[in-house]
Amino acid sequence: MTMAVDALTGGFADAPVESARAFRAVMQALARPGRIETVTGAAPPAPMSVAAGVLLLVLADGTTPVHLAPSHDLPGLRDWLTFHCGCPLVAPEQAVFAVGTWPALQPITRFPVGTPEYPDRSTTLIVERPDLMLGTPALLTGPGIRGEAGLHLPDLAALSANHAQFPLGCDLFFTAGDRLAGLPRSTKVEAL
Amino acid sequence: MSETAYNFGYLDEQTKRMIRRAILKGLAVPGYQVPFASREMPMPYGWGTGGVQVTAACLTPEDRLKVIDQGADDTTNAVSIRSFFQRTAGVAVTGATRDATLIQTRHRIPEAALTEDQILVYQVPIPEPLRFIEPRETETRKMHSLQEYGLMHVKLYEDIARHGQIATSYAYPVAVEGRYVMDPSPIPKFDNPKLNDCPAIQLFGAGREQRIYALPPYSKVVSLDFDDHPFVASKADHACDLCGSGVSYLDEVIVDDQGGRMFVCSDTDYCGARVAAGQRGRLSPPEAA
Repeated sequence: MTMAVDALTGGFADAPVESARAFRAVMQALARPGRIETVTGAAPPAPMSVAAGVLLLVLADGTTPVHLAPSHDLPGLRDWLTFHCGCPLVAPEQAVFAVGTWPALQPITRFPVGTPEYPDRSTTLIVERPDLMLGTPALLTGPGIRGEAGLHLPDLAALSANHAQFPLGCDLFFTAGDRLAGLPRSTKVEAL
Repeated sequence: MSETAYNFGYLDEQTKRMIRRAILKGLAVPGYQVPFASREMPMPYGWGTGGVQVTAACLTPEDRLKVIDQGADDTTNAVSIRSFFQRTAGVAVTGATRDATLIQTRHRIPEAALTEDQILVYQVPIPEPLRFIEPRETETRKMHSLQEYGLMHVKLYEDIARHGQIATSYAYPVAVEGRYVMDPSPIPKFDNPKLNDCPAIQLFGAGREQRIYALPPYSKVVSLDFDDHPFVASKADHACDLCGSGVSYLDEVIVDDQGGRMFVCSDTDYCGARVAAGQRGRLSPPEAA
């Protein structure tokens, strides 16, 4: 079995400091839904975005099974994740993280939403988007938002259904290029 | 061994990833206690190991760190944690609330209003608000999942039956976003209103009990009470004897063995800044001529 050479590159050059800075951006994005953060430091193989690569470098390791949706289940990407994160690649039902385009991740109801006693045991979805400014404009309200915020989302019905399960549900990051936005399950999503 | 022999922020990267995942889940489910694999830290349990681990997972080299222990920047716990992060993360430190980007606190919220650019990390001894009512973790977990918080109101009611008022004065339980009942750590109930609608991210770390929980900015945090016994954010009925402030939380200090006492601001930065600005209290030294 051979591994593509580019699987060995594209990680953080200075992991402790770069992942610390990236985590702060990730945390701000999830704590303040609607805010778009820019991150740097990862260079994953196509079609994975820089932002999705950074998210996985910061959060995924051998203890976090990752599901690659068909859009991202490619040999080069499998090798890159295996080398840099060491994460097991699994089916949706076992995933702690899942990466893919919105259509490739469907139906998102396959992913664990946690249990009433342990709502933290749910999948975090990393949704790759062509542009964070494309999609249906949505009005966001809930924790982390002063008044209301806005974000362009792929599918309001599915995301509303996800929120309706609170405190269960998936948490989402939307990524495009080096930009990312967070949508925790606590956020109420409505059409603008 | 030199400080550079440690990883940035002391903890190894896998530990930080695990803590970071717990923080994100905590932010997604405000008030819910996320279990995490708390590590041995080079300080004893009870000295803020939970807060230290959360701070270590959040710090960047650009941060300016403030550490307070019951409001004071200059007490043992605050001094040792501050110097720990100076040595292991090389971050700048400050005593001024306004200048800090990350504040680790033991049992106080600063008097100065926090901003969107700040993170407040609490050291938590017992994260479970129901623990003194129900000792079994399996049961308290079920009570949280069913939102079964009647016992908590019974405890507050027993206060009223015995003392005529809600006598709980610190670690006063709160309801977060109408869902989870949360222990705000042993802050005085005077500080409870500051938990609500706070622009800063608030993170809570309990090292010995291995729990992390969080309040996203602008979360709705309500102190539990009764219609006929509403929550009151009480403080000692005095003004600060050093700076004259009538609105800050006060510590009572015994000054002799004749029953003499003075009241001073618990927040040393707040009090010091007021004194520096020329404010005077009852026991301030006379103005130099």
